Amino acid sequence: MSDRKSDKKIVVDGVTKSFGALPVIGGVSFDVRDGEFVAIVGPSGCGKSTLLNVIAGFERPDRGAVKIDGVKHVGPSPKGIVISQHGSVFPWLTVQQNLMFGLNGASLAHKAALADRYTDMVGLKGFEAAYPHELSGGMLKRVELARALVVKPEILYMDEPFSALDALMSLRMQKELRRILGEERHTVLLITHDVEEAIYLADRVLVLSPRPATIQTTLHVNLPHPRKLSSPEAQSLREAILKELGL
Amino acid sequence: MNDDAKEFVLIADERIPTRERMYTSRPLAGFFTGLTRVVPPLLVIVLLIAIWWIVVTKSDSPIFPTPLQVVTGAWELVQDGTLGQHIEASLLRVGIGFGLAFLVAIPLGLWMGWVGGAFRTLNPLFQMLRPISPIAWIPIAILWFGVGDLSPIFLIFISSVFPMMVQTTAGVRTIDRRYLRAAANFGVSRWVLFRRVVIPAVLPEIIVGMRIGVGVAWLVVVAAEMIALHSGLGYLIMDSRNAGNRYDLVIASMIIIGVIGLLLDGTTRLLERLKTVKWRYVR
Repeated sequence: MSDRKSDKKIVVDGVTKSFGALPVIGGVSFDVRDGEFVAIVGPSGCGKSTLLNVIAGFERPDRGAVKIDGVKHVGPSPKGIVISQHGSVFPWLTVQQNLMFGLNGASLAHKAALADRYTDMVGLKGFEAAYPHELSGGMLKRVELARALVVKPEILYMDEPFSALDALMSLRMQKELRRILGEERHTVLLITHDVEEAIYLADRVLVLSPRPATIQTTLHVNLPHPRKLSSPEAQSLREAILKELGL
Repeated sequence: MNDDAKEFVLIADERIPTRERMYTSRPLAGFFTGLTRVVPPLLVIVLLIAIWWIVVTKSDSPIFPTPLQVVTGAWELVQDGTLGQHIEASLLRVGIGFGLAFLVAIPLGLWMGWVGGAFRTLNPLFQMLRPISPIAWIPIAILWFGVGDLSPIFLIFISSVFPMMVQTTAGVRTIDRRYLRAAANFGVSRWVLFRRVVIPAVLPEIIVGMRIGVGVAWLVVVAAEMIALHSGLGYLIMDSRNAGNRYDLVIASMIIIGVIGLLLDGTTRLLERLKTVKWRYVR
């Protein structure tokens, strides 16, 4: 919570979305400040991913609008990169080529150097020339993260980014993400069903209702990093969120 | 940052299929697995030749040759150089016909896969042309191109263009959406999207199409050469029969056709080893 600015990075204003006769999002409004980390938790199938798709510009809302930096945005852009559960690292490109994919302009040598710097940052030094099928699931996630970070996005949209990993690797990646956010400032919107992940990472947790999704509660996580999930404060937050989810 | 460096040491253990690990126990074990791969099929062939030999000698057939007669007959052709010429003629026709088909099928397939309108407009036509046997085209080929080299080349083209096109189209249409979304997210140009995402994503499918295409092309060249012309392995078969029932040469040609077909497929399969398509064949 190193945030002093009051400017709103993302404004979600009365967004609704239906698929045919099925209402998925039933009027969601919230703001995300610049540099803030907001987690959205909700029961599975509640429309979390659809909400993220709308905010990231991959789907249009039926009603309402999404504004990024005060500008109503219409489509996906490198300003906000999506990291999803199943990942989208290109299997036909090496780690380095994947990282260079989204870079344009600069000379090839410059791009390669930048790619290598971020490969190093996510702990994959030495794997620049490896193909994705030669890497493990955890390493692939690091590639995906590095590929997103290298284009210097202002926003990271994360849709259950670590849920396909085993529990241990998931925890390790959460820690890693927190470290990177200490080095580079990003606004992050995280969709998750992992309550502890939300508490560990986020400044604010929005709890969604079952479909059609609306914001049921907002909870602030005013704990310093690195957080201990075993602390009484974290535990009581966890209880509160689980209670909101009906557990 | 230095504290974090320690944490990365742990990551080294995540490496599962590094090249070193995959190949460490290779030399000796590899030899034996290689052996078990080659020996059984070879045995089947040897057995078949033995049965053939026994049956022909027992039945005293005046026309059907023994394996030895086939080999000596083929050796004659090798020595006077005609076999080489026939093989060369057939391969050249396949090369040109298949090459032209490739040049037409790949761009057209990519276009039909990418542009919905093109697919809806052209696909019904191609699906209708596709099941027509290349043999059915022979009269028209002769009418249009005469009895020279052009007719078989046309027939090879017709027969191999559709499988390659269909495969390419299907490949584009089944590209995993998440890759296209990622490309859209990074805001790359259409050219980069096509060159860095679409083409490499479809490449494994194109290679499958090429394998089918080469197989059909080889099948068809022999059939086409039986009609007319004065060269090629198909011509050799018909000519051997017509010129005094030389069934030893008929069978020799058949075996050579089979072997070359195998080699052509093997050569095409080498493409599967390209680094950029390996992702499709592992796991």
